Amino acid sequence: MYEQVAFYLFSVLTIGLFLVTVLSKNLLYSMTSLAAGMVMISGFFFILGADFLGVVQLIVYVGAVMALYAFAMMFFDATRDIKEKNANSGWIFLLGGMIALMLVIVFSAPIFSENIQAIYPSIPGATNPQSVGLVLFTKYLVPFEVAAVMLLVAMIAGIILAGKKMDQSLTTEDDIVKTEVISQEDEK
Amino acid sequence: MIGLNHYLILSGLLFAIGLVGVVRRKNLLMLFFATEVMLNAANVAFAAVSHYYGDLTGQMFAFFIIAVAASEVAVGLGLLIVLYKKHGSLDLDGLSTMKG
Repeated sequence: MYEQVAFYLFSVLTIGLFLVTVLSKNLLYSMTSLAAGMVMISGFFFILGADFLGVVQLIVYVGAVMALYAFAMMFFDATRDIKEKNANSGWIFLLGGMIALMLVIVFSAPIFSENIQAIYPSIPGATNPQSVGLVLFTKYLVPFEVAAVMLLVAMIAGIILAGKKMDQSLTTEDDIVKTEVISQEDEK
Repeated sequence: MIGLNHYLILSGLLFAIGLVGVVRRKNLLMLFFATEVMLNAANVAFAAVSHYYGDLTGQMFAFFIIAVAASEVAVGLGLLIVLYKKHGSLDLDGLSTMKG
């Protein structure tokens, strides 16, 4: 009973908030509704018993990713409405609707499958974070490390792209000569 | 009783919303938001399958999707800031002329 109420409440709220995200003309409204929608999505994870995933969703998405968007928003003019010219919107709606219909069918295809079996069944008697840790650090250790390297690469790329004067080399030969000259002058 | 079908249909709906955003919007930041919506829809589907089949693989893939989304945002926002400094706007139509 409570599960049904929670599911329908969360789904209506999520769909509404994400519709505002996609259709809004203002960047600020769009970003805040996206953050609220992420919180509602984490509610689904808690209903489904994936506690650790819900917490990670709250911390990483609502905390980190949204803060990153908010920081990036300072570079752009967020208060002004976005002007877009949409030519041939009929075609776009037709094609988008057809692709969306196809994707709904593809996504709901597991409804009709009977012979799916669990590869890594959940461990009886263990809480969700415990079993997640057991599977993550045994079966999925290599993808975990690869994801860590990928996050490091992304962090360096973000610093290089957004930092000031990061596109120039910090140790060109001119700089070395200059520093040598300066150090010689200091010695005099 | 809420079954797997409910969650899968909800996830399909959310994915369709994100897809409409990707197809329809011309602002690059809006495109990023729509991509986040699509990634979250996939996450909901993974968590639901993981719960109803008693399998933890779905949750693992959801974790990796979150990691991919975080790095995508870091690199993408860096590129977006560089583009905004260069062109002064985030319009996709302005990108069609790739000179200099």
